[in-house]
Amino acid sequence: MTEIAVERILAKQARPARGAPGRKAATVLTQHVVEVISDSGEGAQKCGQALGAIAARMGMGVWTVEIIPAEIRPPARSVAGASGNCIRLGSGKVTNGGDETDLVVAFNEQVLLGRVRAGGLKTGCTIILESMWRDDADPKIADSYVDTYERLVTSGYNVYEVAMERECRAIVPDARRGKNMFALGMLCNLYSLDLQLAREQIALAFGKKAAGVVKTNVALLEAGHAWAEANLDFKYSIPAVRSTEAQIVVNGNTALALGVLASGMEICAMYPITPATSASHYLSDVFEKVGGIVHQAEDEIAACAFAIGASYAGKCAVTITSGPGYSLKQEAIGLAVMAEIPLVVVNVQRGGPSTGQPTKAEQGDLLTAMFGSHGDAPKVVLAAATIEDCFYSIITARRIAETFNMVVVVLSDADLATSQTPFPRPQFSDSWVAPPLDQSPVPPGAKPYDWDATTGLARRFIPGQPNGMHTVTGLAHDRSSHVAYDADSNEESLRARSLKLAALARTLQPPPLFGDDEGDLLLIGWGSTKGTIEEAVERARSEGAKVSSMHLRFLQPLPPGIKEAMSRFRKVMTIEGNWSDNPEDEIIDETNRRYSALAMLLRARYLIDVDCWSQVRGEPIKPGTLCQVIRDKLQR
Amino acid sequence: MTTAATACMIKLYEERHELEDYQSGVPRWCSGCGDNAILAAVQRLCRDEQLRPEKTVFVSGIGCSSRFPHYMKTYGFHGIHGRALPIAEGVRMARPDLNIFVNTGDGDCCSIGAAHWIHAIRYNMNMTVFLHDNQIYGLTKMQASPTSPKGLKSNTTPRGTCLEALNPLTVTLGVSNVSFVAQAVDWIPEVLYDIVKAAFHHKGFSFVRIVQRCPEWLPTLLEPWLHDPLKVKLLHHEQGLAISPSLAKVYKNQERHDPADLDRARSVAASVDPIPVGILYRNPDVPCYEDLRGTDELRTTARTKAGLEAEFDKFTVWPQESDGVPHRTA
Repeated sequence: MTEIAVERILAKQARPARGAPGRKAATVLTQHVVEVISDSGEGAQKCGQALGAIAARMGMGVWTVEIIPAEIRPPARSVAGASGNCIRLGSGKVTNGGDETDLVVAFNEQVLLGRVRAGGLKTGCTIILESMWRDDADPKIADSYVDTYERLVTSGYNVYEVAMERECRAIVPDARRGKNMFALGMLCNLYSLDLQLAREQIALAFGKKAAGVVKTNVALLEAGHAWAEANLDFKYSIPAVRSTEAQIVVNGNTALALGVLASGMEICAMYPITPATSASHYLSDVFEKVGGIVHQAEDEIAACAFAIGASYAGKCAVTITSGPGYSLKQEAIGLAVMAEIPLVVVNVQRGGPSTGQPTKAEQGDLLTAMFGSHGDAPKVVLAAATIEDCFYSIITARRIAETFNMVVVVLSDADLATSQTPFPRPQFSDSWVAPPLDQSPVPPGAKPYDWDATTGLARRFIPGQPNGMHTVTGLAHDRSSHVAYDADSNEESLRARSLKLAALARTLQPPPLFGDDEGDLLLIGWGSTKGTIEEAVERARSEGAKVSSMHLRFLQPLPPGIKEAMSRFRKVMTIEGNWSDNPEDEIIDETNRRYSALAMLLRARYLIDVDCWSQVRGEPIKPGTLCQVIRDKLQR
Repeated sequence: MTTAATACMIKLYEERHELEDYQSGVPRWCSGCGDNAILAAVQRLCRDEQLRPEKTVFVSGIGCSSRFPHYMKTYGFHGIHGRALPIAEGVRMARPDLNIFVNTGDGDCCSIGAAHWIHAIRYNMNMTVFLHDNQIYGLTKMQASPTSPKGLKSNTTPRGTCLEALNPLTVTLGVSNVSFVAQAVDWIPEVLYDIVKAAFHHKGFSFVRIVQRCPEWLPTLLEPWLHDPLKVKLLHHEQGLAISPSLAKVYKNQERHDPADLDRARSVAASVDPIPVGILYRNPDVPCYEDLRGTDELRTTARTKAGLEAEFDKFTVWPQESDGVPHRTA
């Protein structure tokens, strides 16, 4: 380390606020992205979650994204080991994680480097960095810290060193365990959050533990708050309008599980797989209280078969999985399609193929959801567009499954699964719940597959119904469910199973447009990207661009009105989190370009030249990135 | 434990079911196929026990034996290859009031569905399972199965199989929570019926391996056992099966075996020649998964709503009054 470097470093020590304490002037912001990162086990996630909850209670829009290391226990102070939360705060509703981070609190410089290299931080953003490493007994650690610090400063980052652990030691003996609440206190000060709400939040978070624990953590919070007030020369405020209605704050997987609860389904059969499993964790905890069970099967196939057996016996069941598990279930899904047994299958998508990126978001399973299994296996495919939608999609899925005797696939992804944002507390409706088991006698002469000539629908007979005895089979069968190899029966049954999709499509509303009904560019998305796309559209429109967007919740069948909407725009492009070939690549041309999944479907169905833009970086698409995509597309 | 809603519905009049009330269609099995003997024994059981056809479900996988449900005038579920057991488990979990039978073959159970078989034993859900073991794949035309004897020539092993046969009995008896294991042969219908009956009356996962002939692909494989009664060892016990005097005269190779004796059951099970026939193991005290998981309760909309609202409460951010005090009167 050179003399010059030392000088520079010393010059950038935390600057005390000018003027009296409590008088720091706050810069008013409309939104800010803040993150808290540490080694795993140091509590950055708890700090981030609490920050989000406090802000939400003050009425701010909040979107929380977990930063999860891919390994169970990465080594301490490792670049790949960042664990924490990224929280976007806004004065209005926040529908996505936003762009790069504006302010970060890091417990060591290595996890910070990981985030820098991942491109997660805004150039020149504010960094609040634990400074204890500067004096570490291990010269390698001290050197690494100083080196990193220096490089960050010369790269233009606004770095504040804070001896968090030393400050905490006055309150707790093991400060490594407590500095997350000190950091929370600092952030409450920096974002002008209500300290009393923060105390309440701590009481809530540590409520199950001894009163002493709450007291200590509140003391840490207050210490952090006072320290930031006295020693950091900036402060923000994000004006918020307090909500007048009760809201719930959960991640997408918890919302899915709540949806299962609300739908009246009683059996969830699953096998552990990331990122779907946390839905089943939560459901396992609460399902029995309402008379349901989560069955952890011996494998994905068994989980699907178990759910099919339960559905067959009269209680529509659900199986929850992610990509590879969804592939394993395909044969069983074909059976449910063939035998016309209602079934809800949830696929919380992750990066693929194969083991891929288990903790990262991708939208790569759309085509597999629609066309998976074998033969012609029509099934309904829904994609949850928001966290709130994760809840309602399951209720809708159960109702469609039982009305149409179909398999309904609900797509979510790792982004929705782990993000949190408040949504209005649902008002329970009796119509959500499945009707009681039908055990009435079957009328004489009725057949188990009396397919309606127009809609393909048939009333199924459930074991226990007198006169309804028959054997369902995965073999081709006639109206009596007898094995039938003749041409007419085969054709009739295929037609009936296909018509059900058309019948369902007739009940759907055209998807609404975000923005004007006509213009230069229509973006079409599906799944977790809704908030991001709409924010980008809004920003681009404020710059004068004639762009609108449409978001599809039903992917199969597609709702009406899509073609008409597309025809009112000069250009149409899908925005997706899956692979598409870049038309600029040397050997890619119009004849061999592989389009994104939805673009391929729209092109095939509507004969319209739909373009696509997609990204598979394992992270949510940023609205700022999309704004540039919109500008480029309009200029071409 | 409370009672399932479906079990509360009673019939107020007397109903008598005859054999033909359980018969459906003409079985498309070869004449001399062991499946026919099993079908006859099971239909007789249904009649003798007066099982209500609408309350009875036969679940099967894929293979010759898995056509079984089509020939029963009950509810049936002809599933996919290897997955009869998890399907039946789902049925059982949803419906404690149904009689559940499973028909599976040696390929279906011991090969493609082997993982499910192991775990089904461990779940010990209340169902009667028939392993139709003819030691060959029949429907797909003569490929070796895991239970084919070593050296068997088949379409996939033209120079003979090189592996020892898997023994379904010792495998089953080796899994924790095993609660009922029996072995029958298709050519002694009297004992086959008694075993089917004992299996049905056991509450838990009743596993019956039935050694059966395949006249199409292995017409002579079991000839030595058919022609020499000493190559069959009948198991009898006060707690197991009683052997009729007429049968005892023919089958003189007998062993008094206590079905509670797991160690002896394992060693008896290991014998291929003579074939042990009877109840090898029975333990009525192993709990059933469906009882442990407590599904046998009435679920109401009110209960769903109450449970859901309680969960919502955990995650709710209540609107703030102007004084900053949360109010909770929604």
